[in-house]
Amino acid sequence: MEATKAQETIDARGMPCPGPLMSLIGAIRQAEVGAVIEVLSTDEGSLSDIPAWVSKAKQEMVEVADDDGFTRFVVRKAR
Amino acid sequence: MTETLSLVLFSGTDDKLTAAATMATGAAAMGTRVKVFLQFWALDAFRSDRIDKDHGVAHEAGPEGAAALRRMAEKGGPHWGELLRQAKDIGEVEIEACAHSMEMLEIGRDDLDPLVSDVIGIAAFMAGVDGPVVFI
Repeated sequence: MEATKAQETIDARGMPCPGPLMSLIGAIRQAEVGAVIEVLSTDEGSLSDIPAWVSKAKQEMVEVADDDGFTRFVVRKAR
Repeated sequence: MTETLSLVLFSGTDDKLTAAATMATGAAAMGTRVKVFLQFWALDAFRSDRIDKDHGVAHEAGPEGAAALRRMAEKGGPHWGELLRQAKDIGEVEIEACAHSMEMLEIGRDDLDPLVSDVIGIAAFMAGVDGPVVFI
């Protein structure tokens, strides 16, 4: 399966909780509706935080994938 | 989910303020209103000339705990003041100073960091409570 192409990548690896989520929120606010943003995180809290925020903020989770020692979250700005 | 999270901050050490700021940030991200009331040593830490200084850690943390907090900061973990700024930026977060503590510590409004929006009495704070009150 071909990975969804993100327009913007936020490398939040090494950033402690809730840094990766805050970076994602900031990027989503700046982006146009429809934009796809990916966040790379090594923070374990992100695994629960980012999906919880995406669902609450009514954005769209495109993909959550384990990579080499980090997790890749791909989110589309839905509104 | 509750409408408002009320945080009463009493302790002025960096570990407790970081924990409080993290809670405020999470609540703001999830759309919960946050009201923060600053008393005693927490209020002292919000003086504009002290907010970025080292406020130490709680006694229970010990030297190892202090080192753990320093490591987190070196890894790029934001200062609690910055976390609160982010929380205010993404959500409805109000930070107010306790009038009683202001008088006790001889702090004027102009001495406070701009994160603090007002000085209020305890009854006014309680009047705004419509959910859990967390004391840190």
